[in-house]
Amino acid sequence: MKIHEYQAKEVLRRYGVKTPTGRVADNPAEVGEICSELGGRCVVKAQIHAGGRGKGGGVKLANSAAEAQELAEQILGMQLVTPQTGPEGKRVEKVLVEEAVDIAAELYLSVTLDRAVGKPVVMASAAGGMDIEEVAARDPSAIIRQPIDPQLGILPFQARSIADRLGLREKTARQAAKLVAALVAAYLDTDASLAEINPLLVTGDGEVMALDAKMNFDGNALFRHPDIRQMRDLSEEDPLEVEAGEFDLNYIKLDGEIGCMVNGAGLAMATMDIIKLYGGEPANFLDVGGSASQEAVQNAFRILISDSTVKAVLINIFGGIARTDRIAGGVVAALEELDGVNPPVVVRLEGTNVERGRQILEEADFDFIVANEMADAAEKVVAAARGAA
Amino acid sequence: MAIWVDSDTRLVVQGITGKEGQFHALGCRDYGTQVVAGVTPGKGGQSVEGIPVFDSVDAARQETGCNVSMIFVPPPFAADAIMEAAAAGIELVVCITEGVPVADMLEVRSFLRDHPTRLIGPNCPGIISPGMAKIGIMPGHIHAPGSVGVISRSGTLTYEAVWQLTSLGLGQSTCIGIGGDPLPGTNFIDALQAFAEDAATKAVVLIGEIGGSDEEEAAAWIEANYSRPVVGFIAGRTAPPGRRMGHAGAIIAGGKGTAKEKIEALSAAGVVVAESPADIGSAMARALGK
Repeated sequence: MKIHEYQAKEVLRRYGVKTPTGRVADNPAEVGEICSELGGRCVVKAQIHAGGRGKGGGVKLANSAAEAQELAEQILGMQLVTPQTGPEGKRVEKVLVEEAVDIAAELYLSVTLDRAVGKPVVMASAAGGMDIEEVAARDPSAIIRQPIDPQLGILPFQARSIADRLGLREKTARQAAKLVAALVAAYLDTDASLAEINPLLVTGDGEVMALDAKMNFDGNALFRHPDIRQMRDLSEEDPLEVEAGEFDLNYIKLDGEIGCMVNGAGLAMATMDIIKLYGGEPANFLDVGGSASQEAVQNAFRILISDSTVKAVLINIFGGIARTDRIAGGVVAALEELDGVNPPVVVRLEGTNVERGRQILEEADFDFIVANEMADAAEKVVAAARGAA
Repeated sequence: MAIWVDSDTRLVVQGITGKEGQFHALGCRDYGTQVVAGVTPGKGGQSVEGIPVFDSVDAARQETGCNVSMIFVPPPFAADAIMEAAAAGIELVVCITEGVPVADMLEVRSFLRDHPTRLIGPNCPGIISPGMAKIGIMPGHIHAPGSVGVISRSGTLTYEAVWQLTSLGLGQSTCIGIGGDPLPGTNFIDALQAFAEDAATKAVVLIGEIGGSDEEEAAAWIEANYSRPVVGFIAGRTAPPGRRMGHAGAIIAGGKGTAKEKIEALSAAGVVVAESPADIGSAMARALGK
């Protein structure tokens, strides 16, 4: 689960991470007021769940309260497009208004899981700022990596060593070591999957603070963090994906024209791949769960056909424990109950009692295109989508 | 023969009194697995269709000599169940539960360092040695005894591949679903090593997914250590970066763990990578000269 910058800073401040003074606001007048409180000079930052906000024009410096208000009028309500939002962008509902601090150096600091090592890892770099991914790709040695024992947390000497390797000295080094320890504690305590400060700022007088902050959380651990779960902002998520989540379906919207309904994540990805291999583009990833119950199929279908870009649908179900004939019955019942299913539907069923399953499909009132195996199904659905387009 | 489970396996099911636990415990028994015990704390003394239920794994082990466990307890308690089984001396723990927090798995990893127990999963379909023992939720009847080993991060995609193999007359020695989580108890190399030591396994199917670097590491291991035929498939070529495709592990982060990188690594190691998920079985038939 993702949260906004202002929320991540709230969480990190609880652990002693310094941030610039400021507040979140959702209307321009309030932005002007906050700017006055901050002494008439401030930064206005769009709050959306995507990086690269500065590049998209969502972060602006104001030299007066009036200017801040004016900037807020532009930013609030805009569709902010960044390299991470996709071409349609994301609507800005809130801005964070913060004091403008003077910048002596911009560093990078994060904690995440290193899957290869099986431990959390602190990553730090003296080359912070906007293009850290490029730095990492060009010169991996510019990234300091410190694995941590999740039971012990970060040890004081490890935090000192990171500050030292960042080239920091004296008071600044001490502050940075403290901040590293605070970030690790926040990461471990909250079941975060990512805690990132980019840039980590060194000010002109040697203070260290988080100019930006990003935190993602392990969705499987939210049951023990009700406070963090409350920070979820559903308006940042695709409404169809939210609806699918309520029905325990895994749905991700993509750009193509062929809707896919599959049981199991791996088979769902493989189905998308084979559609592409036959010259089509998947409109989504949709995992109805291993058992593919009638209710799941029905909900999944409603979500698929409410997407107007879907020109044809492929249902690919491997009936394992759940018998194929029963799944076929569920698919038929689901479609017969839904009015106005226009796109052609290709069904490929395999597994237990498959003969009986196919017979049920062929005898149904609904006009299915029945396929025998995955390649046949992909070929048929790509042809059907072309015919419908 | 087979690896890790066979007709001598004596299975205990943790969470046997739950709906899923009961259903699959009986499914395993119907397949022919010796299901000797169940565990649900507080329900010791009951029985599930003739399978005795114990309060703890330790008690179950003492009474029945169970040596393999299958776990169906809810996610908040799954890590504890794994560690309880390890502490009781269970040799192999198969955790089916989906949704175990990463932090809990970090604790499990640390705990298992002091125990000889092997963990498969979590979030996996289990392990089956066709004709001998099924420990998991896979449909038993699509399998057939034979000499192809199967290792996969997926569930239903594994069934698809196994179905193709069986339809072509290629039976399996053992099929292992290692699960789609970021920190699996058993990885590709662990399973490959065991298959390499098993004379009855003449070839291996390896089904990977985007995300992580397990497939790349497996490729390096195969190149250095394994000379029998390996057929691979990587799901998620068309998945966009940064999106979570159902499996917590199936996410491409920072341009790493893409299907392209994995396919290149496996091909370079001499693995025959099937272009299409419909061709996994036929690729193996060709590799075996059938």
